[in-house]
Amino acid sequence: MNQTQATVSPNIGSLRDFVRFLVSEMKPKGKLLTPFNMISVPIILVGLVLIVIRFIYGIGAITNLDQETPWGLWIGFDVVCGVAFAGGAYVLTFIVYIMGRHRYHTIVRAVVLNGFLAYMFYAGALMLDLGRPWKIINPIIGNNFGVSSVLFLVAWHFMLYMAAEFIEFSPAIAEWLGMKRLRKFVGGLTIASVIFGITLSTLHQSGLGALFLMAKSKIHPLWYTEFIPVLFFISSIFSGLSMVIIEGSISHKVFASRLGRGQHASHDNILIGLGKICAGAMFVYAFLKVLVVIHGQQWSLLFTGWGAWYLVETVGFVLVPLFLFFRAVREENVKLVKVAAAMTLVGILLNRLNISVIAFNWFATDPYIPHWAELWVTVTVVLLELWALRWVIHRMPVVSDPPAWAASMDDH
Amino acid sequence: MDRRGFLKNLCAASVSATVLPAVAEAQDSPVETEFKSVLVDTTRCIGCRNCEVACATENGLPIPESTSDEVFAEVRDTTTDQWTVVNRYDTDEGEVFVKKQCMHCNQAACSTACLTQAMYKTHEGPVIWREDKCMGCRFCMVSCPFVIPRFEYESANPKIQKCILCNERIADGGKPACVEACPVDALQFGPRREMERVAQNRLVDYPNRYYDHTYGQHEVGGTGWLYLAAVPFDQIGFRTDLGHESVPALTQNFLYSVPVVFLLWPAFLNGMRYTKSNEDAMQIDSDITPGEDS
Repeated sequence: MNQTQATVSPNIGSLRDFVRFLVSEMKPKGKLLTPFNMISVPIILVGLVLIVIRFIYGIGAITNLDQETPWGLWIGFDVVCGVAFAGGAYVLTFIVYIMGRHRYHTIVRAVVLNGFLAYMFYAGALMLDLGRPWKIINPIIGNNFGVSSVLFLVAWHFMLYMAAEFIEFSPAIAEWLGMKRLRKFVGGLTIASVIFGITLSTLHQSGLGALFLMAKSKIHPLWYTEFIPVLFFISSIFSGLSMVIIEGSISHKVFASRLGRGQHASHDNILIGLGKICAGAMFVYAFLKVLVVIHGQQWSLLFTGWGAWYLVETVGFVLVPLFLFFRAVREENVKLVKVAAAMTLVGILLNRLNISVIAFNWFATDPYIPHWAELWVTVTVVLLELWALRWVIHRMPVVSDPPAWAASMDDH
Repeated sequence: MDRRGFLKNLCAASVSATVLPAVAEAQDSPVETEFKSVLVDTTRCIGCRNCEVACATENGLPIPESTSDEVFAEVRDTTTDQWTVVNRYDTDEGEVFVKKQCMHCNQAACSTACLTQAMYKTHEGPVIWREDKCMGCRFCMVSCPFVIPRFEYESANPKIQKCILCNERIADGGKPACVEACPVDALQFGPRREMERVAQNRLVDYPNRYYDHTYGQHEVGGTGWLYLAAVPFDQIGFRTDLGHESVPALTQNFLYSVPVVFLLWPAFLNGMRYTKSNEDAMQIDSDITPGEDS
């Protein structure tokens, strides 16, 4: 162990110790007056006020949603984009635990944590968009199952997947608490929850797309296709990994003091490897996109204004980053991998927003433009997630090495 | 009679006596219920808007002012507190008045979309909304091809508002309030198949009076409201590009594939992992990877 600290396990003997430990961990670590804190705290406070206003005066008070546009930024970005960006967790667990590529093992915890928090906060932001959130229990219990609804499926899969990700991450929690028997128990659940999690992800990533299948009469024909679920699934692979590339690069700088051994050396290698997988998945995606346009005989639509916008998304932010990924992998150029990943994320953002918001009701005379408060609340949700992420990373063995007693517990 | 049976009968008796007399009867003598339907003959409508007033009165909504023709200056839409509106369109054949409200689709997209069965297609045909179940996700609004469900954006306890085809009146054997209020029989209420036949007969008997199409007979798999008109329907505010396939059919393939994936994926993934780890075990000496020391 070099100068970086491994997590020191507390000695918890009683409930009282446990509570005392939790309270001590609640206290901030490090400086309070950092630029990030000074910017994020005021934004979050205003955001919380906006949320209070929303619950007192209704959704219309702080959004521009109307009867023709029932879903706006909160669904289109927070949920539909957020879940696609969080797809890295299921792809990476597939690579590591199913395909046995152990060189990616060092980043699994960080990615799963990111995925879990993304689901918690972005899908949690759904509660703000629900008109009657106190009824959310209805599809979960009781006799109100709308089993023919795609949303019913997506809601259940969200819930179960969050549980699966929590189980996948729980060894880190057990190590943090110093609970050896618990660590052994939850470590044994990893493979099962990984397999369950990949299955659930396949279905709800595509299910998010399937939500829009019934809106055939409202979505521009260039974006509407019966292949939306398949396209959503394939694109979640490279969008999730692109997020891992970007997020990993940033947190390597931000949390440099927490990094364990092996994290520094292998990271560039890992990014190149991930770029390779992105290139492969994106190629399949681009190919399918072309097939859809040919199959739908939509050539003529490409020469309209909407066609130009479609080409911005598919050429500018799918084909170009695809080409960059290929080149970066061939040249082993880590910087280029990051550029390609960033462009890919923009492409996913455009694609998801096009289907759920921009090309939805494309014929409307006064199109929906988000209220500033919708944007503000979205930023608040993102910042809250980053706060939670930082709190966890500074306390649990996520990017740092696990305690010595835990290292010997995993058997592969 | 044992205690369990007694309690069951007691419950059944009290439920059927208080809320569900019609259902209880139907269980005793199974009669096939048929969807009810309203036929709108726009060639008869005079734009009196008595239907708007009757609707508001019946459903406890603010009564619209109906004496002036100024409202026809622009095409209006239904709102959270006005479930039906009559619009005037200037067409090749002159002024045409068209009533708008929920179409009560045979296979309603909204009720399929609803994950809590709050939007619910009853056996008699009305699509109703049930307050105790709805969580306000607005997926019904996303899915409705006619853009009908209205959400109370300005309320902290919002409801979905739309025509419910006077569900309770129909259950009691009555007609919807708007139909009863129509002074010129532009609205006609009855079993859907009968209304289809009536519409077809008019098209055949008076070919000069009508554009040869019953809107709603096949659109999105058939709707509860059927329309006749003198002009093509795109001239009087209808979408004619919705197709004959029902909207719920669009998600059917996806939903059918779910259980297949759900059962096959885990088996497939586990198989892959097993094969892979066996492979690894065979070449463990030549392929020790960094970062994995266990």
